[in-house]
Amino acid sequence: MMKKVYIQSVASISAQKTFEKDYFLEEIEDYEANVINVINPVYKDYIPPAAARRMAKGIKMGVVASKIALHDAGLESVDAVITGTGMGCVRDSEKFVSAIIDNDEQYLTPTSFIQSTHNTVGGQIALELQCKGYNFTYVHASNSFESALFDAKLQLELNEEKNILIGGVDELGDHTTKINKLINHIKAEAVKSSELLVSNTTGAVYGEGANFFVLSNEKKDTCYAELASVKMFNTLAEEEVLQEFKLFLKENNLKVEDIDLLVLGNNGDIEFDGYYNNLSKEFNNTQQAYYKHLCGEFHTASSFAFWLASKVLKIQSLPEVAKLNQKTIATYKTVLLYNQYRGENHSFTLLKKC
Amino acid sequence: MDALKQELKENIIEQLNLEDMTTEDIANDDMLFGDGLGLDSIDALELIVMLDKSYGIKLTDPKEGRAIFESINTMAAYITEHRTK
Repeated sequence: MMKKVYIQSVASISAQKTFEKDYFLEEIEDYEANVINVINPVYKDYIPPAAARRMAKGIKMGVVASKIALHDAGLESVDAVITGTGMGCVRDSEKFVSAIIDNDEQYLTPTSFIQSTHNTVGGQIALELQCKGYNFTYVHASNSFESALFDAKLQLELNEEKNILIGGVDELGDHTTKINKLINHIKAEAVKSSELLVSNTTGAVYGEGANFFVLSNEKKDTCYAELASVKMFNTLAEEEVLQEFKLFLKENNLKVEDIDLLVLGNNGDIEFDGYYNNLSKEFNNTQQAYYKHLCGEFHTASSFAFWLASKVLKIQSLPEVAKLNQKTIATYKTVLLYNQYRGENHSFTLLKKC
Repeated sequence: MDALKQELKENIIEQLNLEDMTTEDIANDDMLFGDGLGLDSIDALELIVMLDKSYGIKLTDPKEGRAIFESINTMAAYITEHRTK
């Protein structure tokens, strides 16, 4: 018999103070920008200086988020580490490539090259934990986190592992940000966080972050939620989303009215928010939430939604700042997440109250 | 020579990301590897590149590195004798 999968712990490093224990978006950092960075925890409190000196920001964020998640789960180690990242360690990649150009392909040093690979975060986490188990990194644009989630879910359902650390991590790099501004993937103008969805312009407000979770096939009193289903699509036309959504609900024996909260990945890009608006209309009697005004857009931003939804199901409360409409709900039992980026790599994630 | 030693300390701190250290924390005769500063083999590669880039010294025999990189004193002495820029 297939086992169920539970979210044992959550950890988030984002543009809000989500790394603080018990914080749940009560006080918000309100930005007026087109790129927002994370609020850094004191990394030295978690990583020895000798280990930290070769780590770029993304690695530090991932390692610290993983440590918080493990601590929250009351575990010393896990059976497997599965990471999702869209751009990997982009800062070290930029550093290494810049050094090649600046030094005319000479005097190349090893550190940034070694640390620039996409699986550096997963590797460093395993080194810190001394975890010699399964270690995998998924690099699949805005489906990177969901790919990690899906892998963990399958392994836990089949009882191949008991506890798996999963996470999504992406860092901002100066050069990559500059390019994304040039090709208008980043908004040309600074936008207030609270006005993201009415900016009426193309592009997104970019961000970064690391969100890690311990998933397990054992139910404990401290569980946040049950991970019921994940489904991904590489390409969907706007009109196909609703059709696939209905099919997804049917596959999970659910109807539209069974969904207590719909968490949407709107990023204020008028070219692509239509994907979300179609669903929003279909679910007009359901409470809806959004989050990219809090963390920015990045390939693994949906891991922030996963953090948000897990907390909602455990605490049974949706922060005011995340509300997309004014519907109310007495008990959160079933939460559905939908995300896509620039019309590609769509995901549906279904969480249930434990 | 003292100016070179100070420069070496600054370069080592910057190149090897020794964020928590200042030049005052490194004594001229401190062991750079092992029990001293605790540098490792990747740092050795960084130092070899630094010698080439900053002082025009190409180390062809890796065994030489062990003696040259023993301390700031040994590095400064070797650089003074062999530098081409």
